[in-house]
Amino acid sequence: MIDKAEEPGRTILDVQGLTVGVGDTPTTVVRGLDFSVGSGEIVAIVGESGSGKTMAARAVLGLLPPPLRVTAGAIRFEAGPGSGSGARDVAALPPAALRKIRGAEIGMVFQEPMVSLNPSMTIGRQMAEGLKLHTRLSAAEIRARIIAMLERIRIPDPERCLAAYPHEFSGGMRQRIMLASVMLLKPRLLIADEPTTALDTLVQREVLDLMVELTRENGTAVLLISHDLGMVSHYANRVVVMQEGDAVETGLTRDVLSHPQNAYTRRLIDALPRRGPAAPEKAGGAPLISLENIVIDYPGRRTLFASAGPKRAVDGVSLQVAAGETLALVGASGSGKTTLGRAIVGLVTPSGGEIRFRGTALGDRTDAAAKQRRRDVQIIFQDPFSSLDPRQRVADIVGEPLRLEAGVTAAERAARVRETLEEVGLGPDFAARLPHQLSGGQRQRVAIARAIVRRPAFVVADEPVSALDMTVQKQILTLFRDLQARYGFACLFVSHDLGAVEQIADRVAVMENGRIVEFGDRDDVFDRPQHPYTRSLLDAAMLLDRTFARA
Amino acid sequence: MGRFILARLATAIPTLLIVAITVFVLMRMVPGDPASLMLGDLAEPEQVAAMKHRMGLDEPIVVQFGVWLGNVLTGDFGHSITTGQAVLPLIIDKFRISATIVLIAVFFAVLIAVPAGMVAAWRQDRWPDYTVIAASTLFLSIPSFWLGLMFLLIFGLKLGWLPIVGYVPFSENFGDALLAILMPVGTLILHESGPLTRMARASTIEVARLDYITHARAKGLSEPAVIWRHAFKNAFAPTWTMIGLILGSLLANIAVIETVFTIPGLGRLLVDGIYARDYPVVQGCMLYIAFVYVAVNLLVDLVYPLLDPRVTA
Amino acid sequence: MIATAFNLPRLRVNRVLGGTIVALLIAVAVFGPYLAPYDPLALDLKARLQGPSTAHWLGADEFGRDVLSRLLYGARTSAWIAFATVAFSITLGLAIGIAAGYFRGWTDRLLMMVNDALLAFPGLLLALGFMAVFGASRWGIIVALGIAYTPVVVRVVRGTVMSIRESEYVEASQVMGNPEATTMIRHVLPNCAAPVLVLATTMFGWIVLSESALSFLGLGVPPPAPSWGNMLATGRPYIGQAPFLVIFPGLCISVTLLGVNMFGDALRDWLDPRMAA
Repeated sequence: MIDKAEEPGRTILDVQGLTVGVGDTPTTVVRGLDFSVGSGEIVAIVGESGSGKTMAARAVLGLLPPPLRVTAGAIRFEAGPGSGSGARDVAALPPAALRKIRGAEIGMVFQEPMVSLNPSMTIGRQMAEGLKLHTRLSAAEIRARIIAMLERIRIPDPERCLAAYPHEFSGGMRQRIMLASVMLLKPRLLIADEPTTALDTLVQREVLDLMVELTRENGTAVLLISHDLGMVSHYANRVVVMQEGDAVETGLTRDVLSHPQNAYTRRLIDALPRRGPAAPEKAGGAPLISLENIVIDYPGRRTLFASAGPKRAVDGVSLQVAAGETLALVGASGSGKTTLGRAIVGLVTPSGGEIRFRGTALGDRTDAAAKQRRRDVQIIFQDPFSSLDPRQRVADIVGEPLRLEAGVTAAERAARVRETLEEVGLGPDFAARLPHQLSGGQRQRVAIARAIVRRPAFVVADEPVSALDMTVQKQILTLFRDLQARYGFACLFVSHDLGAVEQIADRVAVMENGRIVEFGDRDDVFDRPQHPYTRSLLDAAMLLDRTFARA
Repeated sequence: MGRFILARLATAIPTLLIVAITVFVLMRMVPGDPASLMLGDLAEPEQVAAMKHRMGLDEPIVVQFGVWLGNVLTGDFGHSITTGQAVLPLIIDKFRISATIVLIAVFFAVLIAVPAGMVAAWRQDRWPDYTVIAASTLFLSIPSFWLGLMFLLIFGLKLGWLPIVGYVPFSENFGDALLAILMPVGTLILHESGPLTRMARASTIEVARLDYITHARAKGLSEPAVIWRHAFKNAFAPTWTMIGLILGSLLANIAVIETVFTIPGLGRLLVDGIYARDYPVVQGCMLYIAFVYVAVNLLVDLVYPLLDPRVTA
Repeated sequence: MIATAFNLPRLRVNRVLGGTIVALLIAVAVFGPYLAPYDPLALDLKARLQGPSTAHWLGADEFGRDVLSRLLYGARTSAWIAFATVAFSITLGLAIGIAAGYFRGWTDRLLMMVNDALLAFPGLLLALGFMAVFGASRWGIIVALGIAYTPVVVRVVRGTVMSIRESEYVEASQVMGNPEATTMIRHVLPNCAAPVLVLATTMFGWIVLSESALSFLGLGVPPPAPSWGNMLATGRPYIGQAPFLVIFPGLCISVTLLGVNMFGDALRDWLDPRMAA
């Protein structure tokens, strides 16, 4: 753990008064940013969307997308011995000199492993490119180094990997390959722009640990850009907190997190998931939703000449959810949790087993009686951008479910819509807006309103906050809990984010490869995990409380 | 990869079958029966009946189709009503002429359009971009036959530099052949460069905003290297598909160019056949052109994985 | 977001110029016959092949007919044929495309097999084939071009419907209990509108071009009724003596296509960011 102040060593990167904007217009995305990175240090820039952290990182390498450019300030970088004397201002360098620094002295790793490797070029060629450009090694030596590095990052069969294409690897492996390819050149500074945001919890941990290993070995300093305060608390020596272009607080990670000076920093820390209150003892009685031995198979891909076998997404799962309780379903992508959630609302038909609601089988979606029952079971999707019809106004979106209710007049409908919108914290002036006029958090509120407008007994929430900023996440989760308290609906909370789960769940079920591997009260699962998979998940989760509890 | 090839080939077969059925049905919709058409208006009823029997027209329609298809697959496309020649050799002969013009034109059009489109995209919203967009929109709006007529007027009639009629095969006289095809090819090059440039530009813009381009720059590569080594292959893929479509559509649309410049190619054969109600010729041309189009697109699809390896996954 | 500020100049040019030309075309198509100084079919052999003059602003053709009047009537012909064909193709294409894209399975496979086969006929080929069978006539052109272009519409609609179908708001509609028909009409159809609108505009240009080409080949609008295409065909033998006979109709086609293309570009740019937001 890195929470002791490291010996500062030389300053490699010294940014002073960096301002990034659009030419002569007053628009700026970064204003007067000051920070420095010493050799061997890991410095993190933390902020939510719109904070300017990504643009600050790009400015260091002169990679700002036009029309943005550095309008004021200096970025002094001290290249290694043998490449010129002293520190030079990157922002003022001519293109040829800048190109010499890129890759060789400063390396950069990007966020989305899907698009950051060229899909039509083999891995070998891409990894060799940097070496060919900046060193005078022969082809054979380059090849040898690449293979050695691939072995180092534990990629199976490195020889074959050289001739393979990016799409043949998983997201985590691609990110490791990208790290390796950048570190081959042993740069003095590594800029990592949200390197693990698109990855699963366990994989995130792997990639970050690898990053620390490789940079330590080569004496590379790291500038880490992230929105994840939890992750930053585990890995960074010092942190810079940015809000809307300004640096609002800087200092040693430990200091900033335990004694934040700035109001925004405090809000960010506050937004970190904390354990919610323990669930009250629930009265006994029949469970609201009961799943018995659910099996869900996806048909295999059938091409003209080969038939892949069916994939088993859910392998014999049995669960019960009592009225009013929140059951969290946790697991990595591919564990089957989303599929299970979708099966309960009828978007996927189980290949085996039964789903019962209040004792009766939920049955087919087309069965008339089943339709009635299904009204009481609703869903909130993950992506607030695609779950709302871009052509419908908010009032129509929220009111649509009421149209199916017999005997509700238009006036009654409008009244209920108004009421529900208020409950989710959206005033009446939101009713006439279109989705693209709303922020992510506001859209998710609309989605919640739509799901509860008919006061269902059960709601499946499929990663409802994963796509949102940290402060917004907290607001939405709190709202959700409040609504639950008021209306008493039960919830299946599907998520890979253990922080959110810790905050909101009464009981937790952990899924791996289509099976439930652990199940119990939230506190039990989090404090005394039984199954090794659960333990590794919790370990990798980088929850803030734990660090501080240990320190 | 082999599976991909086989799968692609397999989907072409039902397509070709339906194409054949469509052509067959279309030609049978002509008022009057093929026998009287062949013999002309003055034929006696017994002659017509005899001819009908000889042509197998008294068999059920499905059998007729089977027989016809069988003939087609063995290369017998029937005989022209007007000249009596065998249709398929006639088509192949004319096809050689049309294909020469089309291939040369598309080749040069691509050579101009792709760099132009890529440069425009890389310098988006600056003067090179505006010029390229304006030029390509202009060229795609001017009908090819009118462009040809204007060329004919200026270079053929007014200036007298180039011959206004006819086609000379390269095997005969290289110099004359070149002069003869200069205008038709030139017209097509300008006309086809319009859509090709726009496609090249649009796909380059798409690619340019992806992270692997920024990553390439972050490695220290110079701009030309980034464009050539990283952007090109990925941006070229959609343009490659479009080339297949253009080659195909030119096979039919070349009729107008051949009319303007009086070139005895496949297009003219088809149109003249329609005027003369020479249905075997019309049928044969339609079949042949459609088949070639399917083959061209198949080839384009088979090359595609070289540009984008994700396709065979 | 900042970049769109820089798109303004191009967008404005497209919108203004394109829109003006399209508006002009529509105006001429509707009011042309009232503005035409002569009857387009009226012969006047004394004025044969006369160049532009005060009597005939754009000259007279080989039968002494006034070129300007014929161009105006030709505008109406081309516009009307194009509208009718686009309406035909889009309606048919929407129906087939939505059925294929929404219901998938065997419906989709069958429809696509036929569609792909029709798409195997490049460019004008299918239309030429139809004209061969039915002979040159206005309705013939509308049906021939309509059927030739429907497969393209089907492709676009099907693609759009398939991607809309996967979106979560369609799933939300299903989960809330809406019958399939309601989901299709309330959610899928309106979201298809934008791409279909852009396609319709582009197609309009293609059809004007195709009709001109067919008429130029003598397989389109039959003379003596004027169409820009057939005016080019009949004027061609006189290209040496009276080049204006060939210059003006082609100019009209080019300007129309330019306007329609620019308008289509502007439309697409305008619809795009709003949908993407």
